[in-house]
Amino acid sequence: MSEVAKPRGAVRTVLTANAWLVYLFFYAPIILLVVFSFSADRNVGRWGGFTFDWYGEFWDNEGVKRAIWVSVRVALLSTIVSVVLGTLAALALERFTFRGKKVFDALLYLPIIIPDVTMAVMMLLFFSEFYDVVNGIFGTDLRKGFGSIAASHIAFNISYVSVVVRARLAGMDQRLEEAAMDLYANRWKAFRHVTFPQIAPGVAGGALLALTLSLDDVVITQFAAGPGATTLPVYVFGLIRKGVTPLINAVSVVMLAASILLVLMSLAVEHVRSDTPSAATDDPVDDDPHQDLRDGTIPRHI
Amino acid sequence: MTVTETPFETVEHGEAATPEFERANNKAEARRGFLIALPAFAYLTLFFAIPLLIVFAYSFATRNRFGEAVFSDVGFGAYEKLGEPLIRRVIFRSLWLATITTAFCLVIAYPFSYFLATRSPKVRNILLVFVMIPFWSNFLVRNFAWRVILGNDGVITRITEAVGLGQTEILFTQKAVVIGLVYGYLPFMILPLYAAIERIDLHLVEASRDLYASGWQTFRRVLLPLSMPGVIAGSILVFVPSLGAYVTPEILGGAKTTLLGSYIVSQFLTARNWPVGASLSFVLMAVMLSATIVYFRSGGRNL
Repeated sequence: MSEVAKPRGAVRTVLTANAWLVYLFFYAPIILLVVFSFSADRNVGRWGGFTFDWYGEFWDNEGVKRAIWVSVRVALLSTIVSVVLGTLAALALERFTFRGKKVFDALLYLPIIIPDVTMAVMMLLFFSEFYDVVNGIFGTDLRKGFGSIAASHIAFNISYVSVVVRARLAGMDQRLEEAAMDLYANRWKAFRHVTFPQIAPGVAGGALLALTLSLDDVVITQFAAGPGATTLPVYVFGLIRKGVTPLINAVSVVMLAASILLVLMSLAVEHVRSDTPSAATDDPVDDDPHQDLRDGTIPRHI
Repeated sequence: MTVTETPFETVEHGEAATPEFERANNKAEARRGFLIALPAFAYLTLFFAIPLLIVFAYSFATRNRFGEAVFSDVGFGAYEKLGEPLIRRVIFRSLWLATITTAFCLVIAYPFSYFLATRSPKVRNILLVFVMIPFWSNFLVRNFAWRVILGNDGVITRITEAVGLGQTEILFTQKAVVIGLVYGYLPFMILPLYAAIERIDLHLVEASRDLYASGWQTFRRVLLPLSMPGVIAGSILVFVPSLGAYVTPEILGGAKTTLLGSYIVSQFLTARNWPVGASLSFVLMAVMLSATIVYFRSGGRNL
């Protein structure tokens, strides 16, 4: 970095001030939310002394607890299924050529690109009109609510997982697999002992992304859920629309803590990902600080 | 195996490659690839492609006397309805708010990204992590935080009251929606802009200054043109989700600030005009798809 390009004088002051203001803008709302969740005043945003009451109320609230339980189960189920399917899809696209590959590739990208509202509408029409048909054909007993929410989360998570794993596969030296097979490993053994250990950080990153997205989603879940079970974000969204209460503050802080925990885990995995010595050390993908951008793994936000 | 006669290149997986063998092998590989792709392919066909086609079909349906969507009179009626004044107003309002949001993000993020790009690598990475943390934390909660701040007893009102400006009424207006959208999508602008500026050889800035260009001229003639791919990519990444935003306007906006997302939702949940809702969500998707194509063309992916 050339020192000369570093701004000086007034420009430097303005740039530095702007940077501090941006961080203030990012963090002030979050910090205020946490602070006011401990305020005894019934009006959110007014300080009335320190209390844990709202967290107590949160703990006693059956609706919230039920929603948390649904959220956790949906997140785990959709993550497990989408990690398996997404990793397989990534392998097929990066390592094989087959008929219909282009169509599959496009279909895999669509859930990332499509507006949330459109996908929500798709899920509403599908589950309200054709759910019974699906159950009839496959003899399943998917109930609207948990089943339909998980099904819709898997649909968008497969795409995100496959994008992350594909990036990892693309950065990996394919000659390693070839070498394994030249040494008489069959395809499965080559995958098990060579490919998988290499892409494991990518798979872990994809899983954390899937968990985050599943725990974050409001619109699609709301439309897929119907009157049955709801997840925590949808439940809280409903509460906010009825009126703001300190209870929502407390629930929000818990959700915030969970999502920040997931971010920190992703960052740690990212760290491992860039530390793992890869055969393709000359590949710029490996020490790329903007991997998220390139992967398209920017979080899905409504 | 002896490596004497056979040239190394034709030996794959320890077997001599005759044309027939190669063809059979390719075929087997293709079948294997297809089988590996099949679970995800089948899943997305059932739970994504078919629902998409259903919405497409509904966008050509009409409503009967009971408000149910029927397919007896298929046509472009629902698409023609999008030109009606009420819907047109919603569309223009959404376009306008998305434009303002993009402009604010650009003005805030450009100097910020330049600031980031001129730090030492170590500082830069730490600063980037602190951009990523709010970016990845729960979106609903981040919008709710603004509801608390902008509300009647919120921090903002109490500050303005203290300095004698009286009550501010930002909540439930378009201003609140724009604040929420900028808050939500600012990182979408920062990250590609930073990536673009970081790539520029900043010796060019130095050279431009050596040749007596003013700071403004250097920005206008050197930095801005070179960072244009980042500007385009960031603008698309902010504009597109702002246009389809649903949660932010629902939480921070009021009755007078209905945007496309909420309008589409209302067509399904309250107004029960499925054909119009379906056609509008299809138009929204078309806008996003074309923006994505522009994004890829502009090299957004290679930033």
